[in-house]
Amino acid sequence: MNTTTQTLSVLVENKPGVLARISGLFARRGFNIDSLAVGETEDPAVSRMTIVVSVDNKPLEHVTKQLHKLINVLRIAELPHDASVERELALIKVGAGAGRRAEVLEMVEIFRAKVIDVDPESIVVEATGTPEKVEALLQLLNPFGIIEMARTGRVALGRGARGLRAGVLRPVPVFEAS
Amino acid sequence: MTTGAQSLVRSLESAGCEVIFGIPGGAILPAYDPLLESSIRHILMRHEQGAGHAAEGYAHVTGKVGVCMATSGPGATNLVTPLADAFMDSVPVVAVTGQVPRAVIGNDAFQEADICGITLPITKHNYKVMDVDEIPEVIAEAFHIASSGRPGPVLVDIPKDVLQAQTVFEWPQSINLPGYRPIAQPNGRQIRSAAQLINESRRPILYVGGGVLKARAAKELMHLAEAIGAPVVTTLMARGAFPDNHPLCLGMPGMHGSYAAVTAMQRSDLLINIGARFDDRVTGNLQGFAPEAKIIHADIDPAEIGKNRAADVPIVGDARSVIVELTRAVVEKMSVDGRPDLNAWHELVSSWSRDYPIAYKQEDDGPIKPQFVVDVFDQALQGEAVVVTGVGQHQMWASQIMSCNRPYSWVTSGGLGTMGFAVPAALGAKVGRPDDRVVAIDGDGCFQMTAQELATATLNHTPFIVAILNNAHLGMVRQWQELFYDERYSEVHLPQDVPDYAMLAEAYGAVGLRATRPEEVETIVDKALGVDDRPCVIDFRVDSTEMCFPMIPAGASNDEIILGPSSPDEPAAAEADIRRTA
Repeated sequence: MNTTTQTLSVLVENKPGVLARISGLFARRGFNIDSLAVGETEDPAVSRMTIVVSVDNKPLEHVTKQLHKLINVLRIAELPHDASVERELALIKVGAGAGRRAEVLEMVEIFRAKVIDVDPESIVVEATGTPEKVEALLQLLNPFGIIEMARTGRVALGRGARGLRAGVLRPVPVFEAS
Repeated sequence: MTTGAQSLVRSLESAGCEVIFGIPGGAILPAYDPLLESSIRHILMRHEQGAGHAAEGYAHVTGKVGVCMATSGPGATNLVTPLADAFMDSVPVVAVTGQVPRAVIGNDAFQEADICGITLPITKHNYKVMDVDEIPEVIAEAFHIASSGRPGPVLVDIPKDVLQAQTVFEWPQSINLPGYRPIAQPNGRQIRSAAQLINESRRPILYVGGGVLKARAAKELMHLAEAIGAPVVTTLMARGAFPDNHPLCLGMPGMHGSYAAVTAMQRSDLLINIGARFDDRVTGNLQGFAPEAKIIHADIDPAEIGKNRAADVPIVGDARSVIVELTRAVVEKMSVDGRPDLNAWHELVSSWSRDYPIAYKQEDDGPIKPQFVVDVFDQALQGEAVVVTGVGQHQMWASQIMSCNRPYSWVTSGGLGTMGFAVPAALGAKVGRPDDRVVAIDGDGCFQMTAQELATATLNHTPFIVAILNNAHLGMVRQWQELFYDERYSEVHLPQDVPDYAMLAEAYGAVGLRATRPEEVETIVDKALGVDDRPCVIDFRVDSTEMCFPMIPAGASNDEIILGPSSPDEPAAAEADIRRTA
């Protein structure tokens, strides 16, 4: 299946339940998430979610407008592929007995991945790179037998000196109680 | 030091809450104790769904935040329907629920339900308060979020032990919601572009939605409509935003809208949408909707713009600011470029209103027509009442026939279409506007879903009239089965005399009346209008076979409007076979 995806960088308040609000919104508005990665930012009160959205059915603008309505969402940036850096990390457990180990290690070397665990029957490879690179490595390792794997999903930042910041906003005075 | 419960009640007082509709129970018990000393009036409902709808009715007619309260588990889950209703219709409501103590959350404790999780998709925002010191801040935020921007419901869930914990009450001076900044002021360039389109239009229509009432902008709207000279359609949520007795008013558009309103939108070259959302009940099949019209779409919620129909001029802003700015820009534009000649358009639109009015035939010796009952009420009330409805045929007849000449006097369930809305919402409306007469037009199906709140009304001295158009059926479902399912009636019959609605009313301490023949209707309505110390329920035994017209079949284009048998002449557009399949 060929799907068009877009990457969103979303700054949210680091509070319980925010992930559920975001994933729930995607589900009920009929948007598909390809991957979602979340972690703290330079400001511990703020988390950054990198969300890869499939935009075959609905325009991305519909997603971002609905996201903006969530009270805990602070900022949203669309990250075009040509103006941002994107990375993904994958841990791949490959079947590699003594006979085929050398071949696997060669692939690992070419992709500048790392071997982080070795067992008589298998090795665990840590690969970091663009989603395309990780995908390419997986293709090459596939014939050896992938026992299991874990992927982080995409994380991304815009290129250049400017950063996406939550910013300091003026608090709203409490309305007059009657 | 105070308890969390005392802090909660003082916070609600500080937020301006005057009345709470609720029912106590285990987890919310601590909050009910300080209520005894509070200035806040509590109205003890008979079902939490009633509490939620009453809060909505109160909010609709006052413009203030309606507050409801319930205990954990089933108390909270019973609020789900009214919260969903308030979410769909953008009604400012704050719901406070008790929760099981923090230590047992997640353990399937007695009466535990994850109400924050459950209401995530049907609230504007919700809070689970895990720290007693946060109660004032959360309540202040909840009221702010519920009532500002596009209004909506906010739920505040508080564990029992948080309500019992010690704290110091301090009402916050400011609210810090960095992710919440509704845009009220419209963009000046967009306003000028809109004025330009308006001045170029020869067939403009003002398509007015509930946002105009939420912004309390009915007066401002009048200035805009008269400045442009555009005919006005008011959606089901906006009835009364523009007076029905104004020559520019075409009434309600949509599935059961007037022929003039529907057709004027179809033939328009410019729809000026203020605070409406191109809902499917208004547009019919989107592909065939207003094919020649350019679109100006003003809404405070940017997500509504372009959601269903692309806008030529999008305007984000509060309806009142938009209307004021737009009026100024239009007047300025016209002073330079001259006033467009809309006479041909006015004549055309008036001819539709004149030739295809909402029609029904009441035979002297036939059964009572439901529309006749609404008509008699309309004559008797002269627009001087708050009208509340349930959902279904009776609701559409009420919207078609009642003259909505005053704003904030029409209370109905639109987006969610919640049967059972009328009785509790009428109670809430009467509490909010005790000096106004409140009349609920209800159906027999709807009435039975929430009739228990008559007890609440009797005991709280909140008299209102409930006119049941008793057609012994789930009438709208019956209508669809007649039209689209070959008259195969499946599970829609509700015997006309079970329950005996008049006796049921009496059992609740209300006045119970009945009319079975057309000549009785006026007398009975007069009699009901004379009751001012108790609720009054009238069982109008009406014609079961009467259908609601005009009608646009679901999924059809608005050009395929069916006028119905009582109309003088079927126009060309409506010559479709009445028994077509949907």
